[in-house]
Formats: sequence, C-alpha cells, structure tokens
Amino acid sequence: MMEMFIDLLFILLKAFAIIIPLMLGVAYLTYAERKLIGYMQIRVGPNRVGPKGWLQPIADALKLLMKEIVIPTNANKFLFIIAPMLSIGPSLAAWAVVPFSEGLVLSNIDASLLYILAMTSLGVYGVIVAGWASNSKYAFLGAMRSAAQIVAYEIAMGFALVGVLMAAHSINLYEIVMQQSGGIWHWYWMPLFPLFLVYFISGVAETNRAPFDVAEGESEIVAGFHVEYSGMTFAVFFLAEYANIILIAVLTALMFMGGWLSPFQGIPGLESTFLAAPSIIWFLAKSAFFAFLFLWFRATFPRYRYDQIMRLGWKVFIPITIIWILVLGAVIAAKASYVTLGLCTVGIAGAYMLFNKLQTASRSS
Amino acid sequence: MTFEKIIFYLFATILVLAAVRVITSRNPVHSALFLVLAFFSSSALWILIEAEFLAITLVLVYVGAVMVLFLFVVMMLNINVDVMREGFIKYLPIGVAVAIISAIEMGIVITGNFSGDKSPALVRKGADYSNTEAIGQVLYTEYLFAFEVAAVLLLVAIVAAISLTMRKRPNTRSQNPSSQVIVKKEDRLRVVKMDAEGKGS
Amino acid sequence: MNNEMAVIEMPNLALVMPEMFLLGMTCVLLVLDLFLNDRNRIITYLLAQLTLFGAVVITFSQMGGEAVTGFSGSFVRDSMGDILKIFIYVVTAIVFLYSRQYLQLRNMFRGEYYALGLFGVLGMMIMVSAHSFLTVYLGLELLSLSLYSMVALNRDSEASTEAAMKYFVLGAMASGMLLYGMSMIYGITGSLDIKEVGSYIANNGANNIILSFGLVFVVVGLAFKLGAVPFHMWVPDIYQGAQTPVTLYLGAAPKIAAFAMVMRLLVDGMEALYVDWQQMLTIMAVLSLALGNVVAIAQTNIKRMLAYSTISHVGFLLLGIIAAGPDGYSASMFYVLIYALMSTGAFGMIILLSRAGFEADTLDDFKGLNERSKWYAFIMLLIMFSMAGVPPTVGFFAKLWVLEAVLNVDMVWLAAVAVLFSVIGAYYYIRIVKLMYFDKAEDNSVIVADVDLKVVVSANGILMLVLGLFPGMLMAVCQQVLA
Repeated sequence: MMEMFIDLLFILLKAFAIIIPLMLGVAYLTYAERKLIGYMQIRVGPNRVGPKGWLQPIADALKLLMKEIVIPTNANKFLFIIAPMLSIGPSLAAWAVVPFSEGLVLSNIDASLLYILAMTSLGVYGVIVAGWASNSKYAFLGAMRSAAQIVAYEIAMGFALVGVLMAAHSINLYEIVMQQSGGIWHWYWMPLFPLFLVYFISGVAETNRAPFDVAEGESEIVAGFHVEYSGMTFAVFFLAEYANIILIAVLTALMFMGGWLSPFQGIPGLESTFLAAPSIIWFLAKSAFFAFLFLWFRATFPRYRYDQIMRLGWKVFIPITIIWILVLGAVIAAKASYVTLGLCTVGIAGAYMLFNKLQTASRSS
Repeated sequence: MTFEKIIFYLFATILVLAAVRVITSRNPVHSALFLVLAFFSSSALWILIEAEFLAITLVLVYVGAVMVLFLFVVMMLNINVDVMREGFIKYLPIGVAVAIISAIEMGIVITGNFSGDKSPALVRKGADYSNTEAIGQVLYTEYLFAFEVAAVLLLVAIVAAISLTMRKRPNTRSQNPSSQVIVKKEDRLRVVKMDAEGKGS
Repeated sequence: MNNEMAVIEMPNLALVMPEMFLLGMTCVLLVLDLFLNDRNRIITYLLAQLTLFGAVVITFSQMGGEAVTGFSGSFVRDSMGDILKIFIYVVTAIVFLYSRQYLQLRNMFRGEYYALGLFGVLGMMIMVSAHSFLTVYLGLELLSLSLYSMVALNRDSEASTEAAMKYFVLGAMASGMLLYGMSMIYGITGSLDIKEVGSYIANNGANNIILSFGLVFVVVGLAFKLGAVPFHMWVPDIYQGAQTPVTLYLGAAPKIAAFAMVMRLLVDGMEALYVDWQQMLTIMAVLSLALGNVVAIAQTNIKRMLAYSTISHVGFLLLGIIAAGPDGYSASMFYVLIYALMSTGAFGMIILLSRAGFEADTLDDFKGLNERSKWYAFIMLLIMFSMAGVPPTVGFFAKLWVLEAVLNVDMVWLAAVAVLFSVIGAYYYIRIVKLMYFDKAEDNSVIVADVDLKVVVSANGILMLVLGLFPGMLMAVCQQVLA
C-alpha cells in the first residue's frame, strides 16, 4: 500500500513538472501574441509592466485573480462554475502521453494517439456547458456555433491522424516519431502533405482561434460562450485556450515534423556533428514555430463566415483526407517508399501553385 | 481490499448513480451530461480490465462526438419534461414488470450456464501487449464479413438520412463560396475612360 | 516503411461475388445519380435493372454443388440460398419495372428509391446466406433500415410519414427482441455460429429454461418481421400508408428473405428445439389465418385488404415450417416464392390502373374493369384466383402442398382449420372478381400505361396460370434444394 502511494506521489510530481512549465508557456504565449501582433500592426504592444513589458502576463493573472466572479441571474450555478474546469481538464490531461524527447514522457501508453484525440474532443464540453449555463443568448449562440464547428473539424482531424497511423503502423506517439527518423525528407509532412495541412488548419479550428473564432466573434456575439465569465473563471478559459494551442503545435511537430529529431540527420558531413543529434531543443523549436503560426494567422486573416467554415470542414477537408488515405493505402500496398510519395506530393503541390500563379498572372495582364 | 478494487468500486458507484440520474433528472440537459459521466466512468472500468482501446474509443466516439450532437439537439429543442412525464404513473407498473423480468432472465443466463468454460478468466497481459492490434486482427479476419456489412449499414443510414431531410427549395438564397473566391477584380470592376465633361457645350 | 506487415489470410471472396457486385454497382448508382438531372434519371433506373440482371447471372453461374461456408463461418452459399436469391432479384426487378411509371408521373422518380431498394436487396441476400446470428441480424437491419426510409420517402404525405414512424418504432422493438433472444442463446451455447449452436443444442439436450426463453424472444422477433398474428399490428397501416411502389417492394421480396431467416434460425440453428417452436408457430399460424382472412373481408381499401391477405398467407407459410420436415420446408419455400409473384402481380394491377392524382386503391376502382378492358380483368382474375387458391392457378398447388405436408405429420385439425379459413378468405378475393365482371364501371377512362408495364403485368398474371398447369418443375427445385 505504501509503495502505491509513493508511486502516486511520484506521478503527481512528474505531472507538476509538465504543468508548471506549460503554464509559464501559456502566460508568455499571451505576451508573445500581443507583442507579435503589435509589431505586425506596427505598434509596440505591452511595454509598461516590467522591462519591455515582461511582467505583463503576471500582472494580468493577478488582476484576474482579484476580480469578482459574477454569476448571472437564473444561470445554472453548478454548471456555470464547472464549465471552465471541463474546458481545462482535458487540455491538461492530454499532456500525460506527450513525449518530449527520447524517454522523456509521463506515460508511454500504447494507444497514445487515440488518447490525445479523445481528450481534445472533450474540450468542447466546456464551451457548450458554459454557453448553456450562462443563461444568455450570446453565450448560447457561441456555444452552438462552436459545437457544430468542433464536431465538423474533429472528423477531418481524425482522418488526418488515420493517415499518420497508417504511415507509422502505430498509434503510439513515440513510435510515430521514431518511424520518421532518417532526415527531413522522412518526416511525414512530405508524404502526408495534404493531411499535414488539413490537420494543422483543423487544429486552428478546433481551438476556436482566428480565423475560425466565430464561437467568440466579438463583432457579432460580443465574446461568445464566455461573455458572462469574469475573474478567475474567465482566466481558466483563457488558460485552456492557450494550452490547447500549444498542444496542437506540439502534436503537429510530433506527427508531421519528426518531433525531437534533427533536420540535419542523414545529411553527409553533418551526420556525426551535434547538429544531427536528436534533442528536446529541436522539439521545442518546432513547437514554437507552429505556435507562432497561430499568432501569425490571427494577425493576417479576417474571420471566416460561418457557412464558409462549415463548407471548408465538410466539403473540402473531409474529402481531401479520405482521398489521401486511399492514396496512402495504395502506396503501402504497393510497398513504395514514402520518400518517393513525399517528393511526388510536394512536387505536384508546388507545380499546382506555380500553375495557379501563372494563370492568375496571365489573367490579370 | 486492493487499490484496484477501491478504484473499481469508486467508478462503478459513479456509473450507477450517473445512470440513475440520467432518467430521474428533470432537466434534459442534465440528463445528457449525466449520460456523459456514465460513459466516462464505464470507460474507466474498461481501462481497469486493460481494454484501453475500447475505453478510449468509447470516450472518443460517444462522449466526444455523439453526446455533443445530443446535447446540441437537446439544448436547441427546449424540451418540457413535465409534458413528457404525463402517464409516467400509468406506464410504471408494466415498465417495472418488464424491467424485473429482463433482469431475472439476465441473472439466470449469467449465473447459470455462462460461466467457467465459456468465458475464461481475465488474463493479464504484459505492458507490450497491444490490444488495439488484437482487435484489429479479429475484426479483419474472423468478423470481416460482419464488419463490412456494418459499414454498409452506416452508409445506408447516411443515404436515408440525407434523402429524407434534403429538400431543394427553389426560393432559398445561398452563396457559392468557390465562385466568390475565384472572382478577380476584372470580373466586377470596369474602368471606363471618359472625356471630361462640359467644356464644349 | 520498414515495418513488416501482419499477414492476413485472404477470405474466399469468390463466395460473396453476387453481394460484392451488387454493393459495388449500388455505390456506382448512388454516385452517378448525383450527376444526372431529372430528364436523364431513367439511366439510374436502367442501371438498377442491369445490376439485378448481373446479380442473377453471377448467382446462376455459381449455382449447384455442396454448401460452402466462408468468412470464418459467418456466410454460407448453398442451393436454397441461390434459388431464393435469384427469386429476390427477379421479384425486385419486376417491382422496379412496375414502379417506374408511377414514380415518374408523380414527380417522385428519384435515385434514392432505387439505391435504397438495392441496399435492401443486399440486406436480403445477406439474410439468405447468413450462417451466424450476427450476420442474420446485420442483414435484417440493413433490409429494415432501407425499408423504413423507403416508406418515409414521400415526405409530404402524412400517411407515409406516420406509417414510417410506426414501422420504425415497431421494427426497432422487434429487432431488440430478436437480439435479446440471440444474446440469451449465445449465453448458453457460447457461439454465434448457427451450425455450432445447432450441434450444441443437439448434444446438450433441449431442456434448458434459458434456451426456451431465448427461443421465445427469437420467435417473437421473427413473427414481428413476418407480420404474423399477434405481432401483425404494423402490417395494414404500413401497406396502406406507404406509396404503392414501396408497398409493392416491401410486400414481395422481403417475405422471401424472412422465410430464409426462419429457415436459418429455427431449422438450421434450433431444429433440436422443434417441439417448442412448433407449438408457438402453430398458435401464430392459426391466429394469422383466422384474423387475416376474416378482417380482410371488412376492408374497402385494396392495399389494406392485401395487407390482411398477407397476414393470412404468412399463416400458410408457417404451416409448412410447422410440419418440420423436408416436405414441409419445401412446400413453404414454394409457397413463399409463389406468394411473392402473386403479390407483385396484385400491386402491379393497382399501379396499372392508377394515374397521376388517382391511386386506384379502393375496391370500387375495380368495378366494371371488364367493360374497360377485358384483358386486364382477366389478368386480375387469374391473380385473385391464385391468391384464393382456385385451381388451375398455381396458388392452389401452393396451398395443396403445404396442407399435404401438414397432413403427413398427422396434424389433421390444423389442416382442417387452414382449409376452413381459406374458404372464408376466398370470399374477398372472389368479390373483386365479381366487382370487375358484374358491376357497372364508375370510371370509364381508358387504361393508359407504358408498354413494358402492360407486358410484364400480363406476363405476371399468365404466369400464375402457366405455373398452375406445370407446377412440378419449381416444386422439384424446392424439394431438391431442401432435401
């Protein structure tokens, strides 16, 4: 019995070792977002609290902690309070199976990819329950939009992951990364190029981020599902959203970008240097890049119209993923090499873009 | 009592309570949420017997997708439970009778013949045993035919649902996003060169 | 890439060639239909007919030889299955042909009717070839789901929607019963394979209370699907509420599949329990004969009347199975095949007489048919005589052989009851004949129909007579496959 508790304690400590850096990451992702978007819009961004505004996230957190939690009249109090927890719970739980580097994983379960998919699919409850329990029309509209959107994109996302697990012959994240070893041309972004795009864009939609943030849609429904939330309850939603962003970024890095593998692996001459060695640094760098993309999108794209979101999910992404799974199945059955498939895919995609560009150019001239 | 047993009873209790609340709760949204809890607890029980693939799939499919749509509909419909409960007392006796009979029958089946030789005791497999792979093996060999037929069944359900609900209304207005997207400036805008007006006259 | 792939033994796909062909073609039809506009919709129809024709060819080429099981015992191909399947294709092809013009005239000529119809055929084929409880159930659900949605296809009609709703709720309950029974039997025997269940029961004795419970549930489920009294409540409403082409579809081929299901479950799987199911089926058969024939007399709507007539025919069908022997089974099989043809003929006549905006589904619409067209009155006469069992039409022999089988196992009273109620039943069939020949027509419009409909309805009627004159051949086939 005693050993059991020690084991549990140890697991708990490990969980903290993941969550605390994650929370810091979340805090500074918000800072990075404001700064980056500021620069993109030729402003400075937050620069008052601390040197260059570095203490801004801390100040924000303190402010939210101090604020009163207002519960609207006739709101369902229990669900209203529990909704933020439903939101953050799954997004933290998903981290349990994420491998950070070789051997650095809290729980290396066999079906870790499925586990992540299951956990991310639970996040929607926070949104729906919040929208419903708030007893507010705007919040309810936001919740309904988000429910439909998340279910639509989850299918595309699931199919994209089916492609990954077919390619890797495994649903274990660690295995998936190890299968990609051998250099940048072995990473799955090349053979699974369409799935890679679909997965990442669906990830943006799943986290309700711009340009798919109709669930919040400030200009139409004020702030959507969390319009009635204040203080700490709001902060928890905020945390969950950014934790999800980081999670999607990390997963994209793991599944399509070779995780902690080095991009210089397999290049003659660099093979034996430290550059080619797998390391957590690569992993963090790749994840940071994808997280950066989230912020970049927000600064660049206008919000999608709701029907366009639905069309993109159901009529574009799902067919693309199904077709690519078929292609992949054929490639696997023919025992062709993924590298060949990857080169063909990227070649075709590039040719198509070039063709499009030329056509547009010829039309406008 | 071992640690595992404590966990089992914990989740089993939650499961039963949640299941009871699904049918006793006055608010349909609460019922749906309790159903979510029930699914979740049963998946925890599955994990306890090392059926992790089934457990995760249960969460993924039922909790993550089916129940979301369920909630979606329940919230939109604004069901009045009191109307639905009319006649509850009237149908109670027969309902209870049916429930008891089914329970007894199930009991007889489970306690009677269906033990021992036909269901071997749970074998604890090692950590490297992949039950995802095992299920895949069985599905694509022994149950291949049934599996494929089930797939066709779902296809028919989709076809049926679409053919019953899709109706082309002539007067609905809709946009065609792809034609909107490919529009070029030249399609919409025409720059007309004109002479300056009013000099000569 | 460098993973070795697990070697999976390829199942014997040649065995399910007809099923695969049908499924593939139906998917092609489904996709093709999207790209057709209403003017070219006829292509969908032709493709559906071509599919059925292809299936006939494939099944025919596979015919003969020993029964072969495949797919780990979930599928069986045997002679009985092949014959039943061919009849299912043919009957469905006739149904599609009859309904084409009807649907076109009412702006309801949609690809879904044919797609769902073909999926239904696939379901029937799976039921016919099932060799495990799981497959029986899945095939049944595939068929039922197609039927529910076909009944509901005419959304704007309140009667259709109501019928579909009733059908769905009751059908789902029946499936539940069947499944519950199957799960109990599985609990006892530890197997889903029909043959293994059969041998377990034969070896371990039939005196098991749970086994009887399971059997009761299975029989109730089967009775629901067949529409035998006291589980017949859905039949009249659905026959009347659905559009005539849908009624035509669900009244004909699915009965053949239901017969196959009874054979697979009760005879192949639980023949050792025959004493138990014989009693249950006897009660149901007598009640079906009584209620079907008596209540049919009171009907003014011919679709409703034919619904009750179906119930009584189901009673007859059960009689042959009650006889519990190769003679009885083959008589039942003959009966169900003939019944499917008769039923398509009767509904075909209703379609022939109907026009856009006029359904021809009351008895009065048949008044004076002889004045309007001597030929079609004669065809209808043949069909009605066959249903009533008047010699020399084939319906007579169908009834005769069933009764013979019952007499052979010394159930004289049962045969007497059956004869009595057939005589009562003959009244309402003959009444239609009287209406056609001796009453004045209320409506003297000329019968307008496309040539294919006219020719096939005529052939269908004549077939009743021809088969009646030469019944031996088909009967010999039935006896041979069930020997």
